[in-house]
Amino acid sequence: MDIFAGLATGFHAALTPFNLFYCLIGVFIGTLIGVLPGLGPAATVAMLMPASFVLPPVSSLIMLAGIYYGAQYGGSTTSILVNLPGEASSIVTTLDGYQMSLKGRAGVALATSAVASFFAGTVCTIIIALFAPPLANVALKFGAPEYFSLMVLGLVASVVLARGSLLKAIGMIVLGLLFGIIGTDVNSGTQRYTFGIKELMDGIGFVTVAMGMFGLGEIMLNLEREGAADRVVNKITSLMPTREDWKRMIAPILRGTALGSFLGILPGGGALLASFAAYSVEKKISKHGAEFGTGAIEGVAAPESANNAGAQASFIPMLTLGIPTSPVMALMIGAMVIQGVQPGPSVMADQPALFWGVIVSMWIGNFFLLVLNLPMIGLWVRLCMVPYHLLYPAILVFCGIGVFSLSNSEFDIYLMALFGILGYIFAKVDCEPAPMLLAMILGPMMEEHLRRAMLLSRGDPTIFLRRPVSLAILIVAAIALVVAILPAIRAKREEAFKEE
Amino acid sequence: MAGRNRQGKNFKTIKTGRAAMKDWKAVSGSKDFWSGLLFCAAGVAAAAFARSYPMGTTMRMGPGYFPTLLGWLLALIGFVLIARTLIRPGPSVGRLAYSKLGLITVSNVLFALLLRRLGLAAALMLLVVVSAYASKRFRWPVATTLAVGLAVGSSIVFVWLLGLPIPIRGPWLGG
Repeated sequence: MDIFAGLATGFHAALTPFNLFYCLIGVFIGTLIGVLPGLGPAATVAMLMPASFVLPPVSSLIMLAGIYYGAQYGGSTTSILVNLPGEASSIVTTLDGYQMSLKGRAGVALATSAVASFFAGTVCTIIIALFAPPLANVALKFGAPEYFSLMVLGLVASVVLARGSLLKAIGMIVLGLLFGIIGTDVNSGTQRYTFGIKELMDGIGFVTVAMGMFGLGEIMLNLEREGAADRVVNKITSLMPTREDWKRMIAPILRGTALGSFLGILPGGGALLASFAAYSVEKKISKHGAEFGTGAIEGVAAPESANNAGAQASFIPMLTLGIPTSPVMALMIGAMVIQGVQPGPSVMADQPALFWGVIVSMWIGNFFLLVLNLPMIGLWVRLCMVPYHLLYPAILVFCGIGVFSLSNSEFDIYLMALFGILGYIFAKVDCEPAPMLLAMILGPMMEEHLRRAMLLSRGDPTIFLRRPVSLAILIVAAIALVVAILPAIRAKREEAFKEE
Repeated sequence: MAGRNRQGKNFKTIKTGRAAMKDWKAVSGSKDFWSGLLFCAAGVAAAAFARSYPMGTTMRMGPGYFPTLLGWLLALIGFVLIARTLIRPGPSVGRLAYSKLGLITVSNVLFALLLRRLGLAAALMLLVVVSAYASKRFRWPVATTLAVGLAVGSSIVFVWLLGLPIPIRGPWLGG
């Protein structure tokens, strides 16, 4: 197909000064929040969502995407320099990155991470350009049963790849589906779970929920384990890796990129799982496996390329199927809806500038990050020294004003506070909020497709098994679930999430 | 269960009573138990409220069909979680940081309540100071400086530049 024509459209859209500017802003903010511990991309994207509505759809998505993959970049800086992962996906980088900086090789570790991320980002951009269009073309032929099965697969995958108990993750999904029901039923106009509150008639905004659970809830958790220790930053010496370093990092970067691109496509996993998996794989097969944990360059290169690849690959299901694989992707879908773009396979055909523009902007953004990160490292180091007790009130201010400005209503602030409490409690009982948010966004779509499918089949639920594509998707979902329950795999899965 | 056993006359039942008491503590403190209880309560409530929405048929699902299905499913998951804790209680919830939880929540509620009345600047300073109080490292001078700085910055950016429809100084302050 005319991928080159598509890429040309993309460059045309992304290279306007206006969009370049917002791409730069996005990756800058992304790096910033990646550097600041305790503030994740989901909360930030939620916070900046209201501000992005004044922008045209292309620019706003370019900026929001930049925040997401920029955060993966920034997170590794603090992992290496202060042994504090700015993002969950850079936890593994602390293992060898911090050891490298203790040995006076902080600069090399940072450069390795930047190069690995840039390479992964470039490869992933090409992968998206190659695979997204055929996938979208297949999806264009999907009917209601296929969509329903696809969403079931999405939710199942988010359960399988979530950490902790499967049963709780499924519970969170069902709860999320129920939260998604709140509001006016599109088919009958019935008010469901609104209790006569007019603000609930349009449903609960997922931005509000995300800010509550990922913003407020996180703050409560962080305050609970607030330490008194000050951070010691290791000095940065030479940035340039030696010839030996270059030689040692090539293979891990290639493997990390491949693993990350694959895992990123799967819902729920994305960057976090990719980085853990890449590290453990590398540790097993590397010639220098014994050096892992003491500052092996492979231990930085592999997870850093994997988490960036994973972050970017998660755009594939979002852009082609309209199915979010992570809370951030869910927020991006929400941003599209509010911008008047119907997410799904038709985006590519109807809005080529948006589709290709976002893809190309990722490659440009990765280039910005490479340029932004290395020379500006001094600034980022100073920023990661900002103490948390000064940071979190500011986060609350942005959440408060941001959520208010969604519809200029105080009600959303109360709702956010409520979900903050819920977020804290769920964290205390080991229930992951991410599957819930995913389900909340997919809920209304799922119900709609379920109803349509039932109407189509005259109430016969076997329709999902009689349509070949739908059956295939459900079989994949079933296999994923069974595999996750198998004790041997289960142990492996726990291991993959455990910090070594 | 524990109470009934304690009324037992001979030593042995008292001992089992104590053991049961200990078990009950492990169960009632466990993360699985509380998450199960939450799911059960939410599920039953969802199904109960959904009774007033028309169910429809499987072919033409009414607005009550999907929520009822989900409600009972959630309740079932919760029930299984609770039942499982009787065999294996699992890790306990531990202490909740009520003061932090309270302060962060109250600071937001105050902000919402007073936003239009006091105006953005004052409501925001209150939000900052009350929430900052939750930190171990709270110091009045630092918190007030931060509050003033954020109030000035947000007023400029959000009200003047982005046109947020909120007065900087509200009617209660003569604005």
